[in-house]
Amino acid sequence: MVIDVSARGLAAETLDCVRGERTVFTGVDFAVAPGSSLVLTGANGSGKSSLLRLLAGLLNPARGRILWDGENVAEDRAAYSARLRYVGHQNVLKPALSVTENLAFWAGLHGDPRTANRVVAAALERLGLGHLAEVPAQLLSAGQRRRLALARIAAAPAPLWLLDEPTVTLDRESVATVEALMADHCAGGGLIVVATHIGLKVPNAAVLTLGEAA
Amino acid sequence: MLTITLFPFGVGPDPNTLARIAAGTIWVSALLASMLALDRLFRADHDDGSLDLLGLSPLPLELVVLAKCLAHWLTTGLPLVVAAPVLAVLMNMNAEGFATLIGAMLIGTPVLSLIGAIGAALTVSLRRGGVLISLLVLPLYIPVLIFGVGAVDAAVYGLDAQPHLMVLGALLSAAIALCPWASAAALRLSLE
Repeated sequence: MVIDVSARGLAAETLDCVRGERTVFTGVDFAVAPGSSLVLTGANGSGKSSLLRLLAGLLNPARGRILWDGENVAEDRAAYSARLRYVGHQNVLKPALSVTENLAFWAGLHGDPRTANRVVAAALERLGLGHLAEVPAQLLSAGQRRRLALARIAAAPAPLWLLDEPTVTLDRESVATVEALMADHCAGGGLIVVATHIGLKVPNAAVLTLGEAA
Repeated sequence: MLTITLFPFGVGPDPNTLARIAAGTIWVSALLASMLALDRLFRADHDDGSLDLLGLSPLPLELVVLAKCLAHWLTTGLPLVVAAPVLAVLMNMNAEGFATLIGAMLIGTPVLSLIGAIGAALTVSLRRGGVLISLLVLPLYIPVLIFGVGAVDAAVYGLDAQPHLMVLGALLSAAIALCPWASAAALRLSLE
């Protein structure tokens, strides 16, 4: 696939991923324009999570490069990291802290600490966690923890969202909330790369299936 | 601290023997206290995914490491420094050594936290990292032990403790400069 390097948004050229001794995938390329998304599908172990970690910069590709607005992201890692939000399999939360404290930590880190409280409250409301604001995180159910992890991207906006199975453990109502969140994000010019097993309603989505011949 | 209280029982109450080994045993227990708390330094963050997000945040990972080392020192090194005079009395140390003991520990225990962070960072993705941390970190702790004990013994025998303290100070400066950088690099490796 020929990548137009002058295009805006995210692009990947012939990415190879090797973890340990195993080649997870080779020759992956795609392009995602602002306002659209990429859905990653494939069997377990086909490399969806690895690709997301690669795009997040947590993993280095064995070959190939990732481009943002036509420029190699490896050249300015810090700027690229600031533009993305990564929600992996794990729900990042400290059990002893309250829901608000957990979110406020990340909101303050990525944004303005002074407006963090307001932003946090709004994000919790959006994800339906407003009534749990002062509850210690260890008391949350699995679905509530997932929503807290997702509240992070609502609290600290950034153009690129990298989501690894975001709706695992969520009930139907929460899935609808997440879909609305994603729709708003793309409507505002954001990009989403999401790995999912279920049929998630993702706006303007192209599908990339890993595990097949490139 | 508990180990120190065991020594008089184990070694016998002879005041001379206790005084001879006082500096050494206090420093060794400082080493052990520091080392036992190292596994927890990064493990929780690694296990719950916080390390991923910290690596992606605008904060330099080196700063995160420094903050963690400070927290580690506040919970292991500082209490020992505060308790040092009491421990010294327990071990029948000569009173001249007290001030130097406190000074040397104030300089030396942060070095233990900083060096320990490298070991903790290198083993964070291993399940049974604890034993490996000891192997990695103890050899690096030995210079601190030598000069720390050297400083206190010098003071006790009326010699000049300054050179020892200077070396400890140099170790501290080197550790502050190099350890966060090395630990951050090891942490980034563990993210892969």
